[in-house]
Amino acid sequence: MHELGIATSILDIVQQYVPAERAGLVRLVHVRVGEMAGVVPETLAFCFSVATEGTPYRSAVLAIEQVPMMGRCKDCGATLTMSTPTFWCPECNSPRVQLTSGRELDVLDVELDDAAP
Amino acid sequence: MSIITIERKLLEKNDEVAALNRVLFKQHGLFVFNLVSSPGAGKTSLLEAILKDAKGNIAIGVIEGDVQTDLDAQRVAKFGVPAVQVVTRGGCHLEAPLVRQAVEALDLSTIKVLIIENVGNLVCPANFDLGEELKVVVLSTTEGDDKPLKYPAMFRNAAVLIINKIDLLPYVPCDLEAMKRNARQINPGLLIFETSATTGQGIGALIEWIGNRVERARA
Repeated sequence: MHELGIATSILDIVQQYVPAERAGLVRLVHVRVGEMAGVVPETLAFCFSVATEGTPYRSAVLAIEQVPMMGRCKDCGATLTMSTPTFWCPECNSPRVQLTSGRELDVLDVELDDAAP
Repeated sequence: MSIITIERKLLEKNDEVAALNRVLFKQHGLFVFNLVSSPGAGKTSLLEAILKDAKGNIAIGVIEGDVQTDLDAQRVAKFGVPAVQVVTRGGCHLEAPLVRQAVEALDLSTIKVLIIENVGNLVCPANFDLGEELKVVVLSTTEGDDKPLKYPAMFRNAAVLIINKIDLLPYVPCDLEAMKRNARQINPGLLIFETSATTGQGIGALIEWIGNRVERARA
């Protein structure tokens, strides 16, 4: 629901790293989005195209790397792939399961279409 | 083709301000919680019930978050407590800088508890730290017992669950035990209260818990 705000924040961060004269060369913006981050990837990609419209970044596309929910049992140490959000360890039935991934919301890097010298 | 490495967290700005808020709340020895739920679960009614019974014993301040209007702040202010309305104008959740601004309008030295009532929404508020000590999620018996499974992030990130509208249980197809089981599947450590803001059932226990947390925050 707040994907437009997130898309605007992505653009803000990218602008801090890309020199203004090279902005038009940005083709891809890589971001990492966890399954439990409360963001719908398709909506975010659409919102990014809206946020960049009329800016030098209009030809940049958002490449979203989705991160699945993973956990670790603090008691038996099992690594858990959480296809459903169940925070009980299926190995030892402990409730002490820690989320190790799935909440990410990061800007990773940008790719520029500049010919190699 | 060249690459510029960035590696930055998108919510870092929010998290930085949230950390500042947390320091400020700690300096004043405040117990601060972030009250979240879907629209209509009874957050404001619960607040009214709490204020009605706790007023005079616990000094409570309130920040009200809504998409539009200051109706909720008006409701709460009737109880004679300091209340600040934050209008997000379409925003689906409160963010730490908005809370920071709202806090400036409050005299923190006159209160012991700050309750931040978030925008009614079970999705986005889960991911925005406001600087609170904990999140309290309200789920009402009219919403269905499977909600915790459908909105896991919120129930995972909350420390307390209030099951409200408990007086309506005879009239709605809600399995209370299944609701609790589903919530604990997501978050085994959840502290659960059962309340009715209408009849006052369970409000005493909630106020007692708030009182205990106030003692702890001042220690």
